[in-house]
Amino acid sequence: MDGVHDMGGMHGFGKIKPEQNEPVFHEEWEARTFALCWAMRYTGVWCIDQGRFARERLPPAVYLASSYYKKWELGLEKQLAELDLAAPDELAAGHALLPGKSLKRKLSAADVPEVITRGSFTRPARQPARFKPGECVRTKNIHPETHTRLPRYARDRVGVIEALRGSHVFPDTVAIGKGEDPQWLYTVVFDGRELWGASAEPSLKVSMEAFEPYLEPA
Amino acid sequence: MEQKTEHHHDDEHGSELSEMQLRVRALETVLTEKGYVDPAALDAIIDAYETKVGPHIGARVVAKAWTDPSFRQALLDDGSKAVLALGVINRVGDHLIAVENTPKLHNMIVCTLCSCYPWEVLGLPPVWYKSAPYRSRAVNDPRGVLADFGVTLPAETAIRVWDSTAETRFIVLPMRPKGTDGWSEEKLASLVTRDSMVGTGLAKQPGDVA
Repeated sequence: MDGVHDMGGMHGFGKIKPEQNEPVFHEEWEARTFALCWAMRYTGVWCIDQGRFARERLPPAVYLASSYYKKWELGLEKQLAELDLAAPDELAAGHALLPGKSLKRKLSAADVPEVITRGSFTRPARQPARFKPGECVRTKNIHPETHTRLPRYARDRVGVIEALRGSHVFPDTVAIGKGEDPQWLYTVVFDGRELWGASAEPSLKVSMEAFEPYLEPA
Repeated sequence: MEQKTEHHHDDEHGSELSEMQLRVRALETVLTEKGYVDPAALDAIIDAYETKVGPHIGARVVAKAWTDPSFRQALLDDGSKAVLALGVINRVGDHLIAVENTPKLHNMIVCTLCSCYPWEVLGLPPVWYKSAPYRSRAVNDPRGVLADFGVTLPAETAIRVWDSTAETRFIVLPMRPKGTDGWSEEKLASLVTRDSMVGTGLAKQPGDVA
């Protein structure tokens, strides 16, 4: 979706302000929110791209005004409500008003060392890869209202396939419950000037990780 | 939720943070009562990210690559496999990709769409990595971004920005500082900063840690 989360190339956000000796979490609620999101995803009720899509669907003004973990918390509440796992009146009451649903699994402390690694997103390919390293491709000019990992700044632009990264879960379908639909993933590299015009530094190159359905021959 | 917010404002002229503390406590209670989550598991996740996983892991990887040419090559060929073989951590996610800085090329990692970051070797990302200024500017003004970090590269060094738009993850292999011949891996690792592995910084100079 063409939301405010898709920030590449936007102007006006100001300087970056690195914090010296930054703690991992600034507040206890940030840590609890992070862990709650992790533990809920472990139950198998949703996948990582559904979590991303929930945050992208926050109202634009809320997205921009909220701190990082506040977005996670709001996204989590939204997903819980949408799947009838916990209702807003229960969160307001601070207690469960109805019994929980039966979920596939529950994270225990003993499992944590085994699961804090990213899952694998590689899936068996269903057809040969359409493009080879070195080939020129054009990204499609698409504007789906749902989740996509093709940023606006890199649409309808010509780049070169630099690497083939394997066959992966396709975020655009899995985020809306339409299955993993595995697709070939490529690193596609663009000249800065192809993306930003003549004002870009001539030597700048920017790459993205592009799923095959985003690409057509150039 | 609205009611609670109002009440809280009346009582304490509440800040967003204290409102969030209440809100998240309520959320955790509900999810625990429903049997979805175990608070002890939440504690364990937080402990892992506060005390075990962090940029010290990436620093070990970089120091090893600086001292062992065959490891360096293995890392560039297959980051996940090489890091796993190093044995600093027990598990590495798929598709960890190491990209090497040279005098001619400087790499920088960003996630313009959310906050993708190589957790297993760098821990959780700092606030600036997840912020709008970094996510917006890294792809079109990387030299300006470096200036915000106090870093100036030679004009002849080209910049390559990697937007982490899928489940591949990137770590920058920074250049080894001069004047470090004969240093142990451990001492070299002390030169490797988190920012140097994201590409918003350079490794420290020997004089910085002497």
